[in-house]
Amino acid sequence: MRITCPLCGTRDRREFTYYGARDYLNRPGAEAAPEAWDDYLHLRDNPAGRTEDLWYHEQGCAAWLCIERDTVTHEIFAVRLVADQSGTSKTGAKKPRRKPAGKAAEGQA
Amino acid sequence: MRYSGLKILTEGLFGNRGWKPVWREPDPKAEYDVVIIGGGGHGLSTAYYLAKNHGITNVAVLEKGYLGGGNVGRNTTIVRANYFLPGNQEFYSHSLKLWEKLEGELNYNVMHSQRGLINLFHSDGQRDAFARRGNAMINQGDDAILLDREGVRRLLPYLDFDQTRFPIYGGLHHPRGGSARHDAVAWGYARGADQRGIDLIQNCEVTGIDIENGKVRGVRTTRGAIRAKKVAIVVAGRSSQVAAMAGMRLPIESHVLQAFVTEGLKPVIDHVISFGMGHFYISQSDKGGLVFGGDLDFYASYAARGNLPMVEHVMEAGMTLMPMIGKAKVLRSWGGIMDMSPDGSPIIDRTPTEGLYLNCGWNYGGFKAVPASGWCLAHLIATGESHEVARRFRLNRFATGHLLDEEGTGSQHNLH
Repeated sequence: MRITCPLCGTRDRREFTYYGARDYLNRPGAEAAPEAWDDYLHLRDNPAGRTEDLWYHEQGCAAWLCIERDTVTHEIFAVRLVADQSGTSKTGAKKPRRKPAGKAAEGQA
Repeated sequence: MRYSGLKILTEGLFGNRGWKPVWREPDPKAEYDVVIIGGGGHGLSTAYYLAKNHGITNVAVLEKGYLGGGNVGRNTTIVRANYFLPGNQEFYSHSLKLWEKLEGELNYNVMHSQRGLINLFHSDGQRDAFARRGNAMINQGDDAILLDREGVRRLLPYLDFDQTRFPIYGGLHHPRGGSARHDAVAWGYARGADQRGIDLIQNCEVTGIDIENGKVRGVRTTRGAIRAKKVAIVVAGRSSQVAAMAGMRLPIESHVLQAFVTEGLKPVIDHVISFGMGHFYISQSDKGGLVFGGDLDFYASYAARGNLPMVEHVMEAGMTLMPMIGKAKVLRSWGGIMDMSPDGSPIIDRTPTEGLYLNCGWNYGGFKAVPASGWCLAHLIATGESHEVARRFRLNRFATGHLLDEEGTGSQHNLH
């Protein structure tokens, strides 16, 4: 699996560290109920198919990336900088996404 | 049909014409007392113990593929009871005791082999941690022996003890640990359940779960609707998808774990060896293949195959530990889909829907748990109460903070 970092270009998967589902971007506020923290930390849609998750380009530019990919085929559809993500919409919500700075990067399984 | 040496002898004399299919192929009935979704190790053992321990036989096991075709048919077959935390300890201890009686009980050769498991350590701090774990195992009533370097050398003379990165300081020996024939475990439980009247229905995929007023009514399948008073979801690997049919979102993320088998070799590795620092463990099957694996690929996946970096890492770790295996040719590799929970421990519990039960989250330790998992889920379904050795495997423990984080690595799904 190779991942195309928007800043560094196509790189070996070993340069990247997987963190978890994009849900981690939806951090509850300090006043949120315990259920919101359970939801944020533990509960996952865990789809067999298209998903978005967070990766860290640890051995590259140290950018946090949101990668849209398929968990069944390992195909990668888009790689975006988390820093470019607007708002904290939940995964699957139909909020329009901002285009990344460059062309949407593509990778291959 | 009861299997015995005499039976084999007489069948051999008469052309082996008397063997019958081991289980029936029934069509699903319109209604059952209990429907178990998933015909893997855990589902089949649940069915078996429902009949054996509780006399509940109006039960169907629904399997979308063939019996034992999932993770129970493709794993590295290690059986052990070397857990540390209360909650895990008594459960795996119970499971190992069931393993030790399993072949006689099922009248089926599951090739359970207590060849001993050795966990290696490589520093003073790790030795202390393993001494503590060993004491916990002994207090639980299981066995553990702390070996020094020479003690390990006597058992495993072929290891590279002086490697510069992880010199071997010793190991924790668990003599009752070992391995078993994975397929046979599924087949043995299937046969035992079938003999007690339970319907094992293959090629029957559940497509929906019917719930009315918070109470389960049955399931919809590719072979028609089936009514049921109680339904158990026992589908590790696909837990999130099936639970979603009941409107649930689980604390599970699916990851790929790879494993490898070499060509058959003469006996060279007599034990199960785990090299945690290198992310490597190995045993030798009765056919002679070296069976080994490492860690997760670390990203969410349902691909049932992994990527090459982890293949390389596992091979490197194996060569670091035992250079003698370098010329063995790898015959095949595979990737299994693991239900990874946020604390690395499983869930055996009821759900918010009345009559709907959940057994999932086995991470990559589900095989050794097969007997106790079925025992405890059957107990929960039959009595309505959690079995005492599984009472901490609650679905809501993540919300309440009663985690069972055996490795102490935090609540990220891929870290266990």
